[in-house]
Amino acid sequence: MNYIVSIGLEVHVQLQTRSKMFCSCDTGYGAPPNTHVCPVCLGYPGAMPVMNKEAIRMTVLAGMMIDSEISTYSKFDRKSYFYPDMPKNYQITQYDKPFCVGGEVEIMVDDQPKIIGVTRIHLEEDVGKNMHFRGSSGVDFNRAGIPLMEIVSEPDMSSPQEAYDYLTALRQIVTYTGISECNQEEGNMRCDVNCSIRPEGQEELGTKTELKNLNSFKAAFHALEYEIARQKDVLGAGGEIVQETRRWDPDTCETYSMRVKEKDHDYRYFPEPDLMPVVLDTDLVAKWRSGLPELPDMRKKRIVTEYGLPEYDAGVLVSEKALVDYFEGAAKLSSNPKAISNWVMTEVLRYLAEKEIAITALKVTPEALSALVALVDDKTINMTTAKDIFATMCDKGGAPADIVKDQGLAQVSDDGAIAAFVKQAMDENPKSVADYKSGNKAAVQFLVGQVMRMSKGKANPQMVVGLLTDLMKD
Amino acid sequence: MANEADQGGPEKIDVRYVANLARLYLDDSEVETFQGQLEGIVEHVKQIGELDLAGIEPTSHARPVQNVLREDVVRAGLGHELVMDNAPKEKNGQFAVPQIIE
Ligand SMILES: [Zn+2]
Repeated sequence: MNYIVSIGLEVHVQLQTRSKMFCSCDTGYGAPPNTHVCPVCLGYPGAMPVMNKEAIRMTVLAGMMIDSEISTYSKFDRKSYFYPDMPKNYQITQYDKPFCVGGEVEIMVDDQPKIIGVTRIHLEEDVGKNMHFRGSSGVDFNRAGIPLMEIVSEPDMSSPQEAYDYLTALRQIVTYTGISECNQEEGNMRCDVNCSIRPEGQEELGTKTELKNLNSFKAAFHALEYEIARQKDVLGAGGEIVQETRRWDPDTCETYSMRVKEKDHDYRYFPEPDLMPVVLDTDLVAKWRSGLPELPDMRKKRIVTEYGLPEYDAGVLVSEKALVDYFEGAAKLSSNPKAISNWVMTEVLRYLAEKEIAITALKVTPEALSALVALVDDKTINMTTAKDIFATMCDKGGAPADIVKDQGLAQVSDDGAIAAFVKQAMDENPKSVADYKSGNKAAVQFLVGQVMRMSKGKANPQMVVGLLTDLMKD
Repeated sequence: MANEADQGGPEKIDVRYVANLARLYLDDSEVETFQGQLEGIVEHVKQIGELDLAGIEPTSHARPVQNVLREDVVRAGLGHELVMDNAPKEKNGQFAVPQIIE
């Protein structure tokens, strides 16, 4: 039996405002527990929320990026539930009047574009964070009240790979808009997944399950792979899918039922009486629209013309806003943008992949990279030394000129010093000299290698070759 | 959001179900008391259905005020010590609660 898979995603993105959604507390990550809190985000009785205008602007920008209809009238609602991450016993969210309605995100499937429909984008407050100790649990409310944008998709994806590609496309859009860094380690971007399967030929969707606790794109991918296989097994054995919430356990790589009773989903939404509606007039929306950032495609074209890069390079660089920002930061300071691009596409990307870190965490600054390229270009160092310096900077940061000075890495272009090494190499390897003289021109490479070894890699290779061939001419 | 009871006829409120949603534990006599009181409130509000409300949006706020917004500016919150003074129990700077079982 062949099955059709339908996947829908609810993606939560923390907006990078300075202050929280409904109070002025700091949104900075990594502060000691319960230090960015106040009566509003702690849910003290009588404390009144006031909306952060910037969070609304960011949400509207996200909607504009995916062609949503921007609502002229929006409002907030209370979603009631009881859990220790929520001190008010309700979360302020948007029920029937979200800021953005509809929209679409394009992904590539087998080299063909496929449109994934977006149902809506609404704004809500993030909740606190629970920690689990032996015998008790802890609550940290620093995260409570950080603006959280929820992007709800249609069940348009038909494989885990499509879901993964959709998440990647969304992240590209959101980071380009500059409204979130979408840093998965810091929990800036999280998702819940709906998934159902139905036999080929059946029109209506099958019963869906909801998967929670997906903190990375990889987790979403693997959880979906597992869940689709599980549902096929259940149907294949003549069973029925139960509509339920399942939790992904990254340690066992399985989903398991959270045994949440259906009636617990009765959230009793009602309009938030403490917050007035938001009416966005066309002038304001037009003003916000004029602040839309350069989109990936536009930026790619500009990179090609402005820096004279091949299309391929530009395509790799714009895949991530932070990456192309880094490139431009270095290229602007350099007379050799193509060399910068080569470094970014090879050494930089390789290092990031190896360490599994974001480019924003790279210790080599754009200034340092452009300085490194300049040192190679003016022949102060050769490429091998440059790679060593790059590795040093990855570890410790710093400026390449200082490292060259501290470690005495400057290329030796001094005729006398090189001549001494060359002479020594020829004296110690008469056979290579003889080979060369009898017509085996490749023998010079061995001698060059010897000189480089003696000079600890610092000799200027062109000069070494020149000197060797001169001396062995007769 | 619109409560189904707005449209329908007399409806019996499931007080135990509502109480459970609010994590309230009521004994039989309390259920009976609230049954009467809550149904009285619903009956009262239902009188509005006697009016012709076609084309009138539900009112969520009594005053026609909108766009009460603030700029994105950080201000210091409560000090950590003051906050934890309010906690029945503390662990590692966090509010300690009974173990959460999912
Ligand atoms: Zn606060």
